[in-house]
Amino acid sequence: MLLLPCPWCGPRDEVEFAYGGQAGIAYPADPDALDDAAWGEYLFMRDNPKGRFAERWYHVHGCRRWFDVERDTASNDLLGA
Amino acid sequence: MRRLHSGGAVDRGAPLRFRFDGREHQGLEGDTLASALLAAGAGGAFRSPVLGRPRGVMTAGPEEPCAFVEVSAPWFDLIAPATMVPLVDGLAVATRAGVGRLPGPAASAPSSRQRHAHVETLVVGAGVAGLRAALQAARRGDRVLLVDERAHLGGTARSFETVDGQPAWAWVDAVAGELRAAPDVTVLVDTAALGVYDAGLVVVHERAAARLAEREAPVQRLWHVRAERVVLATGAHERPIAFAGNDRPGVMLSGAVLTYLDRFGVLPGERAVVFTTNDAGYQAARALRGAGAEVAAIVDVRREAAAQDRARADGYGVLAGAVVAATDGTVHVTAGLAIGPDGEEVRLEADLVAVSGGWNPVTQLHRAIGGGLRYAADRSCFVPGGGPAWLEVIGAAAGDVPASEPCWYVTADDLSGHFVDLQRDQTVADVAAALGSGLRSVEHVKRATYIGTAVDQGRASGALAAEIVNQLLGTDPGAQGPTNARPPWAPVAFHVLAGPYRGAAFDPVRVTPMHAAHVQRGAVFDNVGQWKRPWYFPRDGETMRAAVLRECAAVRTGVGMIDASTLGKIEVVGPDTPEFLDRMYTNAMSTLGVGRIRYGLMLGVDGMVFDDGVAMRLADDRYLVTTTTGGAARVLDRFEEWLQTEWPHLRVHCTSVTEQWAAVALAGPRSREVLEAVGTDVDVSRAAFPFMAWRDGEVAGVPARLARVSFSGELAFEVHVAGWHGRHVWEAMLAAGAPFGITPYGTETMDVLRAEKGFVMVGQDTDGTVTPDDLGMSWIVNLRKGDFVGRRSLLRADLVRPDRKQLVGLLPDDPGLLLQEGAQVVAAEHAAASPPVPMLGHVTSSYDSAALGRTFALALVARGRERLGETVHARTFDGGAHQAVPATVTEPVFYDPQGARRDG
Amino acid sequence: MRYWRAAEPKRSYDVVVVGGGGHGLATAYYLARNHHVTDVCVVEKGWLGGGNTARNTTIIRSNYLWDESAAIYEHSLKLWETLEDDLGFDLSFSQRGVLNLAHDLQDVRASRRRVNANALNGVDAEWLTPAEVARFCPIVNVSPAVRYPVLGATLQRRGGIARHDRVAWGFATAADRLGVDIVEHAEVTGFARAPGGRVTGVHTTRGTIAAGGVALVAAGHTSVLAAMVGLRLPLQSHPLQALVSVLLEPVLGCVVMSNAVHVYVSQADKGELVMGAGIDAHNSYTQRGSFHVIEQQMAAALELFPVFAHAKLLRTWGGIVDVCPDASPIIGPTPIEGLYLNCGWGTGGFKATPGSGWVLAETIAKGAPSALAAPFALERFTSGALIDEHGAAAVAH
Repeated sequence: MLLLPCPWCGPRDEVEFAYGGQAGIAYPADPDALDDAAWGEYLFMRDNPKGRFAERWYHVHGCRRWFDVERDTASNDLLGA
Repeated sequence: MRRLHSGGAVDRGAPLRFRFDGREHQGLEGDTLASALLAAGAGGAFRSPVLGRPRGVMTAGPEEPCAFVEVSAPWFDLIAPATMVPLVDGLAVATRAGVGRLPGPAASAPSSRQRHAHVETLVVGAGVAGLRAALQAARRGDRVLLVDERAHLGGTARSFETVDGQPAWAWVDAVAGELRAAPDVTVLVDTAALGVYDAGLVVVHERAAARLAEREAPVQRLWHVRAERVVLATGAHERPIAFAGNDRPGVMLSGAVLTYLDRFGVLPGERAVVFTTNDAGYQAARALRGAGAEVAAIVDVRREAAAQDRARADGYGVLAGAVVAATDGTVHVTAGLAIGPDGEEVRLEADLVAVSGGWNPVTQLHRAIGGGLRYAADRSCFVPGGGPAWLEVIGAAAGDVPASEPCWYVTADDLSGHFVDLQRDQTVADVAAALGSGLRSVEHVKRATYIGTAVDQGRASGALAAEIVNQLLGTDPGAQGPTNARPPWAPVAFHVLAGPYRGAAFDPVRVTPMHAAHVQRGAVFDNVGQWKRPWYFPRDGETMRAAVLRECAAVRTGVGMIDASTLGKIEVVGPDTPEFLDRMYTNAMSTLGVGRIRYGLMLGVDGMVFDDGVAMRLADDRYLVTTTTGGAARVLDRFEEWLQTEWPHLRVHCTSVTEQWAAVALAGPRSREVLEAVGTDVDVSRAAFPFMAWRDGEVAGVPARLARVSFSGELAFEVHVAGWHGRHVWEAMLAAGAPFGITPYGTETMDVLRAEKGFVMVGQDTDGTVTPDDLGMSWIVNLRKGDFVGRRSLLRADLVRPDRKQLVGLLPDDPGLLLQEGAQVVAAEHAAASPPVPMLGHVTSSYDSAALGRTFALALVARGRERLGETVHARTFDGGAHQAVPATVTEPVFYDPQGARRDG
Repeated sequence: MRYWRAAEPKRSYDVVVVGGGGHGLATAYYLARNHHVTDVCVVEKGWLGGGNTARNTTIIRSNYLWDESAAIYEHSLKLWETLEDDLGFDLSFSQRGVLNLAHDLQDVRASRRRVNANALNGVDAEWLTPAEVARFCPIVNVSPAVRYPVLGATLQRRGGIARHDRVAWGFATAADRLGVDIVEHAEVTGFARAPGGRVTGVHTTRGTIAAGGVALVAAGHTSVLAAMVGLRLPLQSHPLQALVSVLLEPVLGCVVMSNAVHVYVSQADKGELVMGAGIDAHNSYTQRGSFHVIEQQMAAALELFPVFAHAKLLRTWGGIVDVCPDASPIIGPTPIEGLYLNCGWGTGGFKATPGSGWVLAETIAKGAPSALAAPFALERFTSGALIDEHGAAAVAH
């Protein structure tokens, strides 16, 4: 079970959190300017690296704040929050 | 095999009785089941699972591959190695050849316990290395947990060895004493570390016997330990050698022979042959002779070694550069057949063959968390390397084992009796056959032969099998290592892992403040997520159908009441709340006036209907948002996600108030009268209290918020009160409503009434693939107001297809025939067609209507709105037969389409 | 019995299949068998079938909801039914029936919807009442007094299990006999590209191999490969754990799955219970998951099967499943010429093994998506025509 570094609550067990997938996917500033392919890119296409991955976690059973974490998906080593 | 008169850590003054396959035996305090069986001469009473070959106790530890039993008293254990079952008075066991037999319902599982612990240092293994590590950690002030799966501390430390100048066992006792006295140190025996997981999580299993010693019940306990530092001092297992007949009772590991002599005072044989690749075998030889047994010969694969010279000097017969090629005997060993360096055969009469093929560091826990192995040629074994920074492997587990020459199997023409995995009855011939058929990977050989997959998890066979593969392929020792290590280290009962989360505790039960009243009233309940909601309230033995018809009729002609407390409620507060809600809903919420209520629809970012509910504007900067019962958590989480990750500049806070408010909905033409009767200071007259408005005041003497919303289409008032007033208000309304024939109703009636009005149930009429336009709800999608979640997705090609499924009504030709929810809708020409049949959609909701006096349904049908008046068929497959029911497509509103009834 | 040769890779082939699991091997086999395309090489970075093929819970069924899904899974099931004869290989294929339990009213509606759709698509399906469930599988607890009582179940009698390793070995051996080269321990490190961008081969740890066409059939590692050619996919790789118990005397004669009380289980011929549940929520390539997922599975298993209380867990492991947003696969050409995809099977790939290979082989051989594959094109994420099978997938995402 991962130990996640909630910036507000400190290290807590994985079961207190919900996973939010890739971090840094910003909602497009002007959705109407995107064609269906570009909009589909935003909705669905995601990085899925075997290695460093910037991801989001949500402390749903704690402080209920979202935060980003960098984790190595090949080893589960946490690289920073 | 017999008990010696003296020696060992057993108490000859404390005999214990046990039953083995129905026969009574005696053992001693300090015995394991295996040592007691050997002392009683019953060590060879086992059978192999596949071939049924006679087998005996081979080892003295968890690596045991032969002697398995089912324990039935004083605890139940489906299958366990006899070497790891501590002897207790009244123990009852039966031999099990590899396959467990589930006990009947009478043997209910005792509850097991769970515990969580945080420590600075967790040490697995309480041999000398582990004790040292635990002591060091304790002395520096760490919280320490030390576990060992054996029933004693000290591992395989011998009584005649010394540690730090002290006799080993005295040293162990002293260290154990200091550890047990330390306040932040916990020492557990008969406790196995099952697995090491990310970030220092270790799952630890206290077995049944562990607690008996403290005179507690044999309740097992599972620990979840978070350790900053994990030290694996798991030791090393001696490796067997594969030779013809190496599975006969009487063939044992040399270290096990030594353990039975030294720790348990048991002599496993009267005349022994020692077969060794390293110095360890010589210790066993000396101990055997010291206990009064004869040593026929020491057969050493090494051509020369200092230990050989010393042994010869002490009068032992030593055959150097030799092997034991076979055993002889009908059941038990009667002789070992040795072959010397020049091929000379020597028959050695013996009832015990003590084998030492070298030592395998026990590394499974390390490997399962990402640690690696490398081959150490001088010790003929794999030693651990790498792994996470917080994990340390020490002692024999780290490779601190004697030097050894490699000898995995004794070459011969016929390898079909050279056993590699004694639980799978797989031999060197079987490995050779797998390789001969073209398989080359150790993993493939494992999967073809099942070597290493039995109840002993290949502890004694895994490394051996890998090296046999290397040798047969002609590659170097260590070219391939053992197959992947998997947790748990040792088998553990399902009920221990399930822990307390069984029966009623499997999942929390959520009930409203009025629940007891519903139970008293005989409600039949429905699970809506974790909630228990009344489904219907049968009276006097009514069927469900009759109850629902009665409840529906009551609401439409008089007055009914429903506990609506489970609906999700979220207070959204802050100056930017109106803007925020505009972005969350398809329609504008910012234009809602204070004191008013508006129904809203929420979409996923993919444009599909996500949830619905009404929002009440409580103030300029404050709204109460309601959601479906099942959607409450989802909606709140979604609000938080968008606020925190996309729009942190918006000044908005959300609070769940689902449980803070209890809610009762009064519905029906007489609902206003009931409200007046129960007492309220709010002017609930038609003129003063318009539809979709709310008022704060008092009801039944307590503060309340009234809302004129209606899911049934009748005049209705929702009364929201603080949760702790819920029961009171419910009872007060029942009493006040009695003269009006007030009728409590449940979710089924609620479903029927809303369906008559064509109001959708998100999650029933939708399934995550339905857009607002599909539902005929384009009117609620305001594309002019600015962006909202889901807006852009609505414009995608597939979401504007003209042939999408659309919500329609269906009236069966037979007004008494109820369509099945889930029936597939097909065109009339396909009513009797054979598969494959093109399907237009499906029936989402189907009910018997008191108001209409007939059945009706809602359905999603391709091009539904173009088909009004058309006949379609609802097809089902039930009881092995296809059925098709004709129905007419209608608008999805059946009752009061103008909405005239809602004002009463 | 002689299994596949350990072939030395040639300099070039008509088709290179990246991924030596069940799906990749089936693709190679059907290219050779159906289309006489035998100049094929399967490259596998580890030992053959060592990915998800070696790690799944071996359930085979075709009772998916949507027409497009039913078509491809049913095609696969029909292939399963003659596969042992076709490959000349014992697969321990056993059509012992698959029960999908329903635990609340919405489950019941969704189940009946699926049974009706299956029946109209020619896929065998039945709805059972709780009493009928108890008759079919006596050890399921159908008591109304439990937390989430069984309200009924769908049954696909033609569903069942097979021995996963032997499926990989069967396809490999049969493909090898038809002339396909199988190259293990060759990891793809990059792609050879023509000036216009067309993929013309793969660079591997055992040399460069030119190819007329390259198919990525690498399950959880698909995104890693796709990233090498700048192709971004909607896949996320998650751990999916499974476990076996110690050997037990026969107690369970069918496959039982439950979405609500989350667990699925069968009993292998040797006697071990084979169980799985949901994915771990986070992305990971470690092939291991968190222990609490196992514990939750155990609690669910005992809710459904109280008789398992004393069964003992023997071994847990994990695979890497490539999860797609609609729980449906991605099959077909990519925007990059010469490159094909067959991925996104997520938690439900094993049952599709023969059908997946068949369909991809047809797509490659004909240069156009086969009818069964077309709905699963990558384009659907642009158009919005997703095929949402989360309900039928029976695995919590």
